[in-house]
Amino acid sequence: MTKSRRNMLFNKLFSPSSRTIFVDWFERSALVLVWIITIAIFGALRPETFLTWSNFSIILGSQSVIVVLALGLIIPLTAGDYDLSIASGLTFAGTVLAVLNVNNGWPIGMAVVATLVVGILMGAVNGFLVVYFRINSLIVTMGVGTFAHGLTLWLGNQMTISGISDSLVEAVIVHRLFGVPLGFYYALILCTIIWYVFSYTALGRRLLYVGRGREVARLSGINVDRIRVGAFMSSGLMGAIAGILYVGTTGAADPSSGMTFLLPAFAAAFLGATSILPGRFNPWGTTISVYFLVTGITGLSIMSVSTFVQDLFYGGALVIAVVLSQIVRGREERLT
Amino acid sequence: METQIILKTKEKRGITLDPVLQIERLSKNFGGVQALNDVSLSIYPGEVHGLLGQNGSGKSTLIKVLSGFHTPDSLNFIKINGRQVDLPINQAALYEHGISFVHQNLGLMESLTVLENLMLSNLAVSKTMFIDWQKEAQRARSIFKRYDLNLDPLSAVSSLTPVERAQLAIIRGLDRLRKMRDEHSCNGLLVLDEPTPFLPAHDVQSLFKLIREIVTDGASVIFVSHDIDEVLEITKRVTVLRDGKVSKTFETTEISKAEIIRLIVGQHVDLDAMRAPTKILPPPSISLSKLTGGSVKDFNIEIAPGEIVGLTGLIGSGYDEIPYLAYGASSAITGTLLLNGKSYQLRHLSPSNALVGGCVLIPGDRLTSGAISTLSVVENISQPVLSLVSSSWALSRSALTRNTEKLIRKFNVLPSDPELLFGSLSGGNQQKALLAKWFQTSPRLILLDEPTQGVDVGARAQVFSEITQVADAGAAILCASSDYEQLTAICHRVLIFSKGKVVAHLTGDKISKSSIAQACYIS
Repeated sequence: MTKSRRNMLFNKLFSPSSRTIFVDWFERSALVLVWIITIAIFGALRPETFLTWSNFSIILGSQSVIVVLALGLIIPLTAGDYDLSIASGLTFAGTVLAVLNVNNGWPIGMAVVATLVVGILMGAVNGFLVVYFRINSLIVTMGVGTFAHGLTLWLGNQMTISGISDSLVEAVIVHRLFGVPLGFYYALILCTIIWYVFSYTALGRRLLYVGRGREVARLSGINVDRIRVGAFMSSGLMGAIAGILYVGTTGAADPSSGMTFLLPAFAAAFLGATSILPGRFNPWGTTISVYFLVTGITGLSIMSVSTFVQDLFYGGALVIAVVLSQIVRGREERLT
Repeated sequence: METQIILKTKEKRGITLDPVLQIERLSKNFGGVQALNDVSLSIYPGEVHGLLGQNGSGKSTLIKVLSGFHTPDSLNFIKINGRQVDLPINQAALYEHGISFVHQNLGLMESLTVLENLMLSNLAVSKTMFIDWQKEAQRARSIFKRYDLNLDPLSAVSSLTPVERAQLAIIRGLDRLRKMRDEHSCNGLLVLDEPTPFLPAHDVQSLFKLIREIVTDGASVIFVSHDIDEVLEITKRVTVLRDGKVSKTFETTEISKAEIIRLIVGQHVDLDAMRAPTKILPPPSISLSKLTGGSVKDFNIEIAPGEIVGLTGLIGSGYDEIPYLAYGASSAITGTLLLNGKSYQLRHLSPSNALVGGCVLIPGDRLTSGAISTLSVVENISQPVLSLVSSSWALSRSALTRNTEKLIRKFNVLPSDPELLFGSLSGGNQQKALLAKWFQTSPRLILLDEPTQGVDVGARAQVFSEITQVADAGAAILCASSDYEQLTAICHRVLIFSKGKVVAHLTGDKISKSSIAQACYIS
């Protein structure tokens, strides 16, 4: 009786269909599991510093800039294009905001709106060059990004502009909800919006069709060029939002440090594509990846490991993510 | 027969020559289909030898055996320049044997220069470290001069005209045999696998001039083509393949065109009966007029709802471009599409406008143009109806899945799981799924390109029945296909193209596999 029941249970768990369901589930949630394991390990090693609410609220609050940047990246990535200019867009937007607000005395609200428009315009330039002249997006966005970086240095006189309106700083980092700065919730709202657009709108599907099969999309009546330009404009906008959050976090516009966000954002985008919805760039996977990576780095720095660990972690994560997604794809191909 | 011809050739030349290429009793099977059955062939020095045959006659299998792509099932021997060749033929050693191929796609790298392309195969195997580009350019110039070609070694291939590219590919093929010629003073054999289908008539002449000069130098050429007139003009002897066998080998001067067509098709031909007058049709609601673009010139057609019109012709005749031109997928120079009382200028038509107007295209190349193999079946099928089945700003996954489930049951797509990757389906099931994708939009005009390419026999019958059903329901269908059996099975009318124009018209009982083939070869 018990034996047969155990057999039934065994069959249920390990029959071909439930096995694929199990593998499927594991693949989807592997990243979350690894994240939890990371927290557990560091928590066990340094319970008094790591396992504190203040530590978590710092982790959650400080990363909203990279989350927004990575979320911005996955829009053109889904449409099959790279936007390497997004980090320069961040610093450019920050400097524009500071110049308008601090140097020219614009009210912060107007300055924010103008900055968002600048971000969208930068995306439009990327999109126009890529689509109209049929140039590879890697090259175009690398060039436009470097150009924007030059503009940033020129505009801000190569100096950090401080003295940004307090209301922005308050809205991003000072005010808290459940002990976590509001910046985190902005990132969460953007993640939810992108998730909804990707999953539940025809627009999100068109983005995916364009990324996976441009010719098929074109012959199916989708305006491929418009979608691609739109994707670049969205990533430009997201870059600008990240820039505003960055200025809000630090209270100043720093013309150079934004560039260091590019690799972490790419690492998170690609690592995110290996989980939640494996094989697809997806906003929740991306957001979780950012937090997983920063948890690892924070943990290691609490263990007082040297600062180079950051590069090891982000660089390694990007390569491992790409390898993992290749393995997933290879397995799918073998199944077919 | 064969021996007599050889004797005759020898008598005429007054000398004894050994064949450059000698194939004895070659057979090849593909899963029970006898692609080549006891084929023997001899090619002599200094001759242009034509190779003719329909699709499926074994012509391309023969070429692929020679180029080492297929291994024959049985064979007495293949000798090149008197030396027996070991099987399978090592592709890298082909030049050593003295055979060189120029395939239809020419194998040129567009962004590189003429010289770099010319030296491609040398560079691939060369053991020397340094290249003296000046010397090589000089050598190239002297080759071009010798064959009276106006090619600059330093210009990019992308700047060449189509005929110049073909000339370059042929010269390169010849140049590959140079070592053989120098070291063994053997004659080379150049295999030209349909080099002409996309060339205009006067360019074909300049290509022929080059071929004649090559054989004057002592090399031999196998000239594979669909165009009987060209074969009659350039070749000395011709071998016709039919159903995997040598139908006949003959001296070109001793045969008529009608006789050749009979050998290719296997039936007697009445040349005049082919040009049937256009039948008067019921008032059409759909028409294409003055369509010019690509290789198509001034094409006009009126199609009645429920009618299936086949478009066919030999390769390069332009028939297969019409679906794409009529859909706005490739740009036309002029032309008007009249559909549901609206008229569309094809020059400005985009696929999305065509779709809104009730016109769909199902491309022949499923993997690059038809479907996204890395997405699921439901994602592929529901693409055109996202906003119809569900709301475009609040997609309902379950509604889309239900709709797809219904369709794949109706079109018998197996396995019937909407969540499977599209690429994991077999060719036949992919095609059924694509029919489902587009037929659900109730189109008025359906443009098909090779609808059963890569589709197994069972699915093929089903694809036919789906197409006929949708026509019976009132859709007009234009179907471009090189599969004569398929055209016979489903079409009410078949238009045969040559050089971009309709040259023959078959209707009703006059449509048969052989009548279509005949019409294609006569034109």
